[in-house]
Amino acid sequence: MTLELQSLCVAPNGGKPLFNPVTLSVPAGGVVTLMGPSGVGKSTLLDAVGGHLMPAFHTSGRVILNGRDVTHLPPEARRIGVLFQDALLFPHLSVGGNLAFGLTPQRKGKARRQAVEDALAQAGLEGFADRDPATLSGGQRARAALMRTLLAEPEALLLDEPFSKLDTELRSEIRGFVFDHLRARGIPALMVTHDPGDADAAGGPVIAL
Amino acid sequence: MRIALATALAVSLASPALADWQSTLDAAKGQTVYWNAWGGDARTNAFIEWVGQETDRLYGVKVQQVKLSDTAEAVNRVIAEKAAGKDGGGSVDLIWINGANFLSMKEQGLLHGPFVAGLPNAQYLDLSPGAAASVDFTVPVEGYESPWRLARFVFAYDSARVSVPPASMADFAAWTAAHPGRMTHPAVTNFMGATFLKQALIELAPDAAALQAPVTDAAFGVQTAPLWDWYDALRPNLWRGGETFPENESIQFQLLNDGEVDIAMAFDPAAPAALIEQGLLPETARVFVPEGGTIGNISFVAIPYNAANAAGAEVVANFLLDPATQAHQQDISVLGSFAVLDPAKLGPAEQAAFNALPEAAALPTLDALGPTLLEPHASWMTRLTEEWARRYTR
Amino acid sequence: MRHDGRALRGVVLAVVLAGLLAPIAAGLAVTARAAFGHLPAIGASGFSATPWAMLSDLPGFGTSLRLTLVTGLGATILSLLIAGGAVAVLYGRWGASSGRMLTPILAAPHAALAIGLAFLLAPSGWIARLLSPWATGWDRPPDLATVNDRGGFALILGLLVKEVPFLILVMLAALSQIPARAQLAAGRSLGYGPGVVWLKVILPQVYPLVRLPVYVVLAYALSVVDVALILGPSNPPTLAVAVTRWFTAPDTALMLPASAGALLIGLVVAGTIALWWVAERVAMRLGRRWLAAGGRGMSTGPGLRLAFAAWAGLMALALLAVIALALWSVAQRWSFPGALPESWSLRFWMDARWVGVAGTTLWLGLLSTGLSVILAIAWLEAETRGAKARAKWAEGLIVLPLLVPQIAFVQGLTVAFLTLGLGAGMLAVLWAQVLFVFPYVMIALSDPWRGVDPRALRAAAALGAGPWRRLFMVRLPLLTRPLLTAAAIGFAVSVALYLPTLFLGAGRVPTLTTEAVALSSGSDRRITGVFALLQAFLPFGAYAMALALPALLFRNRRGMA
Repeated sequence: MTLELQSLCVAPNGGKPLFNPVTLSVPAGGVVTLMGPSGVGKSTLLDAVGGHLMPAFHTSGRVILNGRDVTHLPPEARRIGVLFQDALLFPHLSVGGNLAFGLTPQRKGKARRQAVEDALAQAGLEGFADRDPATLSGGQRARAALMRTLLAEPEALLLDEPFSKLDTELRSEIRGFVFDHLRARGIPALMVTHDPGDADAAGGPVIAL
Repeated sequence: MRIALATALAVSLASPALADWQSTLDAAKGQTVYWNAWGGDARTNAFIEWVGQETDRLYGVKVQQVKLSDTAEAVNRVIAEKAAGKDGGGSVDLIWINGANFLSMKEQGLLHGPFVAGLPNAQYLDLSPGAAASVDFTVPVEGYESPWRLARFVFAYDSARVSVPPASMADFAAWTAAHPGRMTHPAVTNFMGATFLKQALIELAPDAAALQAPVTDAAFGVQTAPLWDWYDALRPNLWRGGETFPENESIQFQLLNDGEVDIAMAFDPAAPAALIEQGLLPETARVFVPEGGTIGNISFVAIPYNAANAAGAEVVANFLLDPATQAHQQDISVLGSFAVLDPAKLGPAEQAAFNALPEAAALPTLDALGPTLLEPHASWMTRLTEEWARRYTR
Repeated sequence: MRHDGRALRGVVLAVVLAGLLAPIAAGLAVTARAAFGHLPAIGASGFSATPWAMLSDLPGFGTSLRLTLVTGLGATILSLLIAGGAVAVLYGRWGASSGRMLTPILAAPHAALAIGLAFLLAPSGWIARLLSPWATGWDRPPDLATVNDRGGFALILGLLVKEVPFLILVMLAALSQIPARAQLAAGRSLGYGPGVVWLKVILPQVYPLVRLPVYVVLAYALSVVDVALILGPSNPPTLAVAVTRWFTAPDTALMLPASAGALLIGLVVAGTIALWWVAERVAMRLGRRWLAAGGRGMSTGPGLRLAFAAWAGLMALALLAVIALALWSVAQRWSFPGALPESWSLRFWMDARWVGVAGTTLWLGLLSTGLSVILAIAWLEAETRGAKARAKWAEGLIVLPLLVPQIAFVQGLTVAFLTLGLGAGMLAVLWAQVLFVFPYVMIALSDPWRGVDPRALRAAAALGAGPWRRLFMVRLPLLTRPLLTAAAIGFAVSVALYLPTLFLGAGRVPTLTTEAVALSSGSDRRITGVFALLQAFLPFGAYAMALALPALLFRNRRGMA
């Protein structure tokens, strides 16, 4: 699996581009880190890759995922997962309900429940399926959010300052947890961060915008 | 008037159903009659509901009361339907109507009929020209509305607070001067308020007979001059200085019950007795009428020209004239409204039902009410209310 | 995806234009034509200015117009002052959630409260009864005009009782959109007193957010019929009541000046709003200089406390009015000066006649609210998919039915519906109700809708959820509480609607409100009490559900509190 950006550039309608065109390629299991000062358009670039851009902007260039041009697909059809700095678990669903949300409807009944249980076990959250997400600790929430994203079987992942709200100790633990899973599944990831520690831990190339 | 007669003739020729009561009954079976009637009186509402149960049982005709806060609402609805070209299947089947609203609908050809003579129970009515049931505010009924209850204008007072009520309309000025703020009348925009003025006009006018003819500017000036002198003397001593008035007679009865005023008025001699029974007036409330008698008229029901259930409406109108219905209605525990039938036309069996009715202390006898005075021509009321508004609405 | 949004937007706009605006326009057109002498149904045709001449010649016309302006503007200005002051105290003590305390009053329809207030304030009313004869020496009521007074004070009071809590509620909602607490703290650290910060920092931010509700209050106060009928002066009454009287007068020729009067009320509302708008600009100009002058000395504490006291007084009156209605509904006889009824009876409650009427009211309320909520969701979702901010014209479109006086178009609307072959009855009433319910639902739902964290929806999209799944599985569940609140508001509006229900139902669709108002023209306060109380109780039940249901559904979801 690879994620490629070809001369990708974002501009407000009728305005100047936010940054110089970006061309890069993320190999399976690799992480490319984007860094740069606030307001340079890092998050906007991620939005463009994920398909979440507001209509007030327009994109030039192409986003290629496993040889498939997804530039003009709606976000739900791209198979690109996102992790934000908040876990953004849906507060109206249980922890298990959150994980099942991303699961394909083809998996039904027992198999579905089993997949959720397995994912919870991998995240050290056995027996948490019926819990209220609001009662989880920060680390538990972050792990549950990753599992929810992985259950949707993404072909690439976007990380939008995913660790910035965690305290230092937890940060390295969750980082390791996320990058291990990405590597194990061979998912290419694109990360935006302010923290050089994140880039070091990711180990991949760093691009300054 | 000629136009009204012509349309009357045309409609009667076009309605063979009137000739044959049985076919009316057949057509009416299964219909629901929407009876548009003022809904401010719980007892009348209950009576109308009883009527519906009876007509359903006897003829398979249901009655649904459309409760109005003003009869003109129903008139407007028919006008709106005519404006929209809806000349059949109209939403109003039967209207409790009187005077100005009747005149207005009749003049504009908004009424179905003539139908009254075709009702079997019309045999108990005195329909000779000039009889009470043939004239509504001096407007000839001509079969376009059917009578159902007798209305007589009366005053009510609380005998515990007032020992001697005014003896005549002229006496009201002196009485209010002695008891400032203890008397009022319903707003003149309301039928009852206008009737209070008419009652005074009949007593005070130099020539009361002139009131039976349509009003002219000259006659109005001459006949009403004493009325305004009297009213100018009366008004400052009315409740709240005569600057505001209760919306209708029901509100005024509420004021009597609350003790805010000592006198109220009604178009129903049984009203005070009925209100006592419901706990809405003190036990000591009594009826009085000024010497010389009071205005009387009959409440009618009419059928709009586009009524969806005209046959059913006729069946209901006929049922209302049944001697048994009229006796039930006169029962003080039901409505206490006097019958509209001609006693001379009732047989002994029909008479007996009336003789068996209970009595009440606050219910006056027919004799105690004195003579019935005729309503002035409807045009007088319009002029009277306009002139009143011009003089006293600032 | 964009195409999907465009199609949805087109459908919603078509429904709103054809279903909501065309009827109003048609109704206004009928009224306007009649105002210029064209009403074939009563044999008037051709165009002339005669109805306007007739109107200005009608006795008391000038007084009516003056009364309308005085009571309408007076009630609006006073409610704005009281609400603006009281909200400062409420927010300071209980925060934004203090709005929940207001729901019982908001739930009670105007007519029910007015009927209760009329009894409370009358010279023979409950307050006088509680104080007589021991304190006042009255063994019979004094001849004082405490209701239906010529100055219209009782009417203004009756309007304040409903409009002040309404404005407080919208102000609290607006406050939740700005960082009010932090700004208050910042202002005070600069040496400004709390009242001054409120006036100089918070209110200037809140006002633009509540401007539209203020206009709605203004339009309502200038054109209200039922409250003015019950509490206002009667000879002459306000213009709206006078017009209603002329519309319903036996002399049908009066329909022409009545139409002119109805149109005039529309013009008065438009003119007053325009004037108000100008006054806003002027105040802003002058205010900016005052804000920048840096003065910290003016103490506004006493003013705020006075406003809060006025608010507390109004709420006490409303509460007493409702209690008085409840007492009357179980009284047999209750005469002056008894503080309580002397005999009691449950017969008006046992008499089951109210059950069917309450059922009709309930169904109408549920259906009109359901339709309005669906339409509102469709509108908002279309906006979301278009990802556009709402245009000013669309905002105006939504509230138009609340700004155009009902009296100016309901009679015309009836004719328009009949012309379409849509007879009077349930369907016509339902349609007319949606006209008024939809704007309130939209107003209540718009801000919470936009307040949903867009990242939650992006997360859902990234998990493969398409637009419909995002709407039904994420956005709507997250909006459960505001959705139910909007529905409760819509339901309360439906229950309280008087003129549209009366006219379009041809009187055949009796609701608690039409019955209560009809009964209030009679002499029996006891049965009026039953209907008015029920009329207040139904919406109250809806509000209670809106509070209780989410608490029950999400009892294990702290994040949904």
